[in-house]
Amino acid sequence: MSAKAAILDGIRRAHGRGPLAQPPQPLPAAAIPARARDSGPAAVARFCAMAEEASAQLVRLASLAELPGAVKAEIARQKLDPAVALAPDPALIELDWTGLAVRRGPARPDDMVGVVQAFAGVAETGSLVLLSGPRSPTSLNFLPDLHIVALEAKKIVGGFEEAFAKIEREAGGMPRTVNLITGPSRTGDIEQTILMGAHGPRRLVVALIGDA
Amino acid sequence: MRSQPGSLKTNAKAALADPVLKAAMAKLKTGFRSKRAIAVDRLPEFDALRDRGQAMKNHVLANLDFYLEQFAARVEEQGGGVHWCRTAGEARQAVLDICRGQGAKMVTKGKSMISEEIGLNDWLIKHGIETVETDLGEYIIQLRHEAPSHIIAPAIHVNRHQVADAFRAAHTDLDAARPLDEPRQLLDEARAMLRQKFLAADVGITGANFLVAENGATAIVTNEGNGDLTQILPKAHIVLASLEKIVPTMADAATVMRLLARSATGQEATSYVTFSAGPRRPDDKDGPKAFHVVLLDNGRSAMLGGPFQDMLRCIRCAACINHCPVYGAVGGHAYGSVYCGPMGSVLSPALGGLAEWAEMPNASTLCGRCEIVCPMRIPLPRMLRHWRTREFERHLTPLPVRAGLAAWGFLATRPTLYHLAMRLAMPVLAWFAKGRGRLADLPLAGGWTASRDLPAPEGETFQAAWARRKRR
Repeated sequence: MSAKAAILDGIRRAHGRGPLAQPPQPLPAAAIPARARDSGPAAVARFCAMAEEASAQLVRLASLAELPGAVKAEIARQKLDPAVALAPDPALIELDWTGLAVRRGPARPDDMVGVVQAFAGVAETGSLVLLSGPRSPTSLNFLPDLHIVALEAKKIVGGFEEAFAKIEREAGGMPRTVNLITGPSRTGDIEQTILMGAHGPRRLVVALIGDA
Repeated sequence: MRSQPGSLKTNAKAALADPVLKAAMAKLKTGFRSKRAIAVDRLPEFDALRDRGQAMKNHVLANLDFYLEQFAARVEEQGGGVHWCRTAGEARQAVLDICRGQGAKMVTKGKSMISEEIGLNDWLIKHGIETVETDLGEYIIQLRHEAPSHIIAPAIHVNRHQVADAFRAAHTDLDAARPLDEPRQLLDEARAMLRQKFLAADVGITGANFLVAENGATAIVTNEGNGDLTQILPKAHIVLASLEKIVPTMADAATVMRLLARSATGQEATSYVTFSAGPRRPDDKDGPKAFHVVLLDNGRSAMLGGPFQDMLRCIRCAACINHCPVYGAVGGHAYGSVYCGPMGSVLSPALGGLAEWAEMPNASTLCGRCEIVCPMRIPLPRMLRHWRTREFERHLTPLPVRAGLAAWGFLATRPTLYHLAMRLAMPVLAWFAKGRGRLADLPLAGGWTASRDLPAPEGETFQAAWARRKRR
């Protein structure tokens, strides 16, 4: 008997039954907490409050066209070289990046700044939803020290369930990787003291575009 | 699964005399415990979520064969491999075979308790594969050649000076005179060292907090980002997971996410929750080219349908550990198992056999705090008692304890005899106390009086006093 058959057989024997004749009746949908049911401006307000609480830095922009200016300002503030690794996303590529050395594609080890666009935001926790794909290589979310994420305010949903449904509806199902990102990387492994900038980005900047 | 040789009793005695451990344990209250309480208070629906989490996991366990097959089919449809393993040995071999198939010389690892359970690191290293833990806590204990002493904070027993010593001993290429006094300096050094490992690894191994049956996704809930660098940079990603990690849908994953972050670290959400499904897609510019899930049973299917099935609802948040007065006194290593505290004391005998782990269910005061904070409402004290009963029934209890319990049982089930014995004993004990109201020393009860006094009876039994007052 294969290990698979043995394990499945063991489960069935423990329950005193054979294979199920039909799929089990799914449980009724769970109630969603009130704070995960916001929409419109309330969702945007909660997203901002929760993201800042998780130590993300927020910049509000009227349109995506303002993104390069905001990136330049942040790079100047951090005294970094004027270079970015940019997600190969047509909406980002077509912007005017004059004054910055731009390289498109997945992150390289020495990239200090990664710029990507989020698929959605989750208000209940201030989380960004990033999907892997040709336009958004996952390595950009983890290798650079400074992670700058553009998020259209109208893409903010109330809770996790809505975000997952949106992936099914608008992205055609699961990509290889879905990253929910809430603030920069951190650790509490030395004497239970929280420190930012563990292995992933030391800083997370959310460039919030437009209004709900 | 063993984290330390020796009996729990002798380990605990040594742990109680360890000042570094004592200082670390003192921080539990202001750290994990108060953060959890604040986070739980902020979510009015927390108890409703616990009910839902419990119902959902019960449903999964009742239909585990169905959901496992569904999960495996989805993984395979997406081009991933699923390796069903009955035992720790099968799982170790499956991982080694995948690594050899990739021609791997070095693997990086995200934090995984399954890896600790099956002793994966030693096995891979023995077979010539450099194996590097990348979670900061796991990295520290790997350098110190230790097992984790906590399921989510593996190096909780270590202080910053000990971390500095471990780094100086391991990172010999760096300037010996560099300052390593501050946690920030230690973290930056680990970050720099491990970056090189992430970039050079051939295979990345992570655990899984849940496996989603409907779409074949595996998920890790983390804060450092090491689990992500571990899985996206190498050419192959191996996920190690035990059978009960299944949730039916992404919406069910949302329920567990809300319970887990708050119960574990008191966060609303951890920095990263990452769902990975299959290898990189044809158009993707990065990500692993191969994806394998190693599914481990190792005694879990045998827990179904019995008194310990509820333990399989555990989501490994460590709330029971953080709130346990025994863990808070002796730390995790004393238990001897990589699964420590209340959850470990129920799980270890189920996975490793009661004969090996009979001491663990006894390392509890049965105060019940663990059950109060458990997000999945696992009746831990009831199951600890159940193990104690079995231990007694199977004659695993030491003879003096057995004889004492048998004598007590004989007396306690015969009311007339019991009352007579008490009437005789009370005045004797009162006399021993010599009017001080407490006993500092008592024959046959040295274990109690060694560390605290026993309150002395006043000379009359409760029942006698009750009867006397009633007559009045």
